[in-house]
Amino acid sequence: MSKKTERTIAPGRRKLIKQTATLTVAAAAAQFGFPSILRAQSEAIRIGHITPRTGFLGQVGEYGYKGAMLAVEEANAAGGVLGRKVEMIAEDSVNPATAVTKANKLVERDQVICLIGEISSASGLAIGEQAQRYKIPFFNTGCNSDALRGANCKRYMFHIEGSNTMYTKTIGTWQLQKNLIRGARWCFLTADYAFGHDLYKVSSRFLEQNGGIILNNDFVPTNTADYSAYILKIRQLKPDFVYLNLAGVDQTTFLKQYKEYGLPYQLAGGVMDTAPFWATGLDALSGHWQSLWYHGLNIPASRAFTERFVKKYGQPPENQAWGDYIGVRIVLQTVAETKGTEAARIVQHLEKGAEFDLLKARKGKFRDWDHQLLQEMYVVNVKDKSKSKDQWDIFDIVETVPGPKESLELIQPTQQENPCSLPAA
Amino acid sequence: MLLLEQIANGLLVGSYYIVLSLGLSLIFSLGGVVNLAHGAFYAVGAYLAYEIERRLGFLGAMGLSPVGVALIGILIERFALRRLYSRDPMLGLLFTFGLALTAEQSLRMIWGTTGLPFSLPEQLRGQLILGDFIYSYYRLFVLAVAITAVTGCWLLLNKTAFGMVVRAGVRDPEMVRALGISLRPILTAVFALGVALAGLAGVLSAPLAGVQPAMGTEILTATFVVVVIGGLGSFWGVVISGLLVGAVRGITVYYYPPAAEASMYLLMVLILLFRPRGLMGEKFEKFE
Repeated sequence: MSKKTERTIAPGRRKLIKQTATLTVAAAAAQFGFPSILRAQSEAIRIGHITPRTGFLGQVGEYGYKGAMLAVEEANAAGGVLGRKVEMIAEDSVNPATAVTKANKLVERDQVICLIGEISSASGLAIGEQAQRYKIPFFNTGCNSDALRGANCKRYMFHIEGSNTMYTKTIGTWQLQKNLIRGARWCFLTADYAFGHDLYKVSSRFLEQNGGIILNNDFVPTNTADYSAYILKIRQLKPDFVYLNLAGVDQTTFLKQYKEYGLPYQLAGGVMDTAPFWATGLDALSGHWQSLWYHGLNIPASRAFTERFVKKYGQPPENQAWGDYIGVRIVLQTVAETKGTEAARIVQHLEKGAEFDLLKARKGKFRDWDHQLLQEMYVVNVKDKSKSKDQWDIFDIVETVPGPKESLELIQPTQQENPCSLPAA
Repeated sequence: MLLLEQIANGLLVGSYYIVLSLGLSLIFSLGGVVNLAHGAFYAVGAYLAYEIERRLGFLGAMGLSPVGVALIGILIERFALRRLYSRDPMLGLLFTFGLALTAEQSLRMIWGTTGLPFSLPEQLRGQLILGDFIYSYYRLFVLAVAITAVTGCWLLLNKTAFGMVVRAGVRDPEMVRALGISLRPILTAVFALGVALAGLAGVLSAPLAGVQPAMGTEILTATFVVVVIGGLGSFWGVVISGLLVGAVRGITVYYYPPAAEASMYLLMVLILLFRPRGLMGEKFEKFE
């Protein structure tokens, strides 16, 4: 009996000594700075998702969040990246001031390897500055202002979303083809914040360069609930075109009320997010618009993504969901290819022209001098109500711009149009 | 010409503010409660309308949605707000503030963050063109509803026994109680009426501005400004103030659009400088 007891006690004690020894060695090693050896297998890759989830851009941001979550889940289902699990910490950026606080929290407290998201160009600027300060990459998936790629460009900021110039040149190319610009008189309605002003600069410049006439521009405060006064002004001016430089909910509100007054002037716009257009309802929509991505795109990879999204969320993805989804995938692919999460190497890898599948016909890569993702865009036409299958089926894709044989630089701002000088990292 | 058109249009828009603000003013006058959840009831009205409209059409939505909102209002008043009347007004304010936040998130959870499409009812599409002036039929309809609501409220407050008790309760609740009249059911009724008006405004705005979870908070400040300019406790003050705010906004859009949303605050500052109680604000025994 006593022999048995001795044997059962002794191993226990031996185990205890072993454990204590291991812990002491571990503590000592940690003191000497070998934490990676001890933590490598369990440390998750943390991605910070920061985008407005409330406010006038909230409905678009919500899609972005859903797209990003889907990408993270798919990555984990495939076994993670470099054997590590991927974690996403999501924050609501609300406004530029809050965006700064949240970005700081994500980097300092949550130790994210990168920031992804944002839609408001004003907040995007603030986040970009923080990213540069911390030397953590920020992937802008929703801010359109040219200035972010130009005067305010940052080495640690990359742009997956299209710039205002890209949007303007996409619809502009189509409008030029149809001879709708030369001699045409345009009325502009512009959202009174960073994005709107930037877009107006770009769209009015494009109009004037191509022989059009600016009749009037009104700066409209964001979250305006009633556009009747502006519509009355437009009616008095009798333009050939009404060009919208509005964003988010404001687009929905204006489109509905424009339809209410039944004005005959054609509509076009500097940007198009599908979510506000869904909210408007097919009844009130008309015209040709431009799109960064639309769920009706007939490319196998894109259709597969749409199906997976519908399966998970019960509704189709819109362009912001696509943007954040691609953003996460680009980050994870880069981490896998550079075999690490070090920010400087990620930046280098992207600047060298690494290519990514964008679920479009052509692959995309980042331009080295302004970090804009080169990609195709689409001209879409509002569908006839009788041909629409459900509340989300509102567009037909009419054209891919640039065309398959044209350079992707065709719709990009040139270095003269939007100069950006990145200091040496 | 355009300026005149802007003013006329502004009055039209103003009539819509009146429906919204009248309810807020009533609730404050009688209950002494600053109803920060007024915007939430407005949003709930719009969402209920979205659900009812699909089954019973727009008129059904317009009739039933305010009733639904009133029922919710009765429940809230009966079980929560009632306990706060006799206490620090701050508590009522905090409660309704919390209610507003909860309501907005609940709407988001139930119906999603994306705006819901709500079309103009078929019968009310089209425009009326008088010379150089254009009016959409729908907005004329809103004007008609606003006039009906204002008239109805006025009749209720001035020509019925119920209204007499309400007015007495606003001036001097202690005396009313001393006379043996219970104010409790009156308070519930007024609260229900006030939020029903907000719900009605929500239904009316759905075809114009869509239905989305943040719509309540956005409209709240404008509503308060209208009530403050008009003067707390004054029926006609709210009416005039609504029209004034609408007209001033229209004029600002004509001259300098970026200030359009700010114009009502400037107006409020100016008016309060010269008339601290608002245009037609009355002395409240119970507050002074």
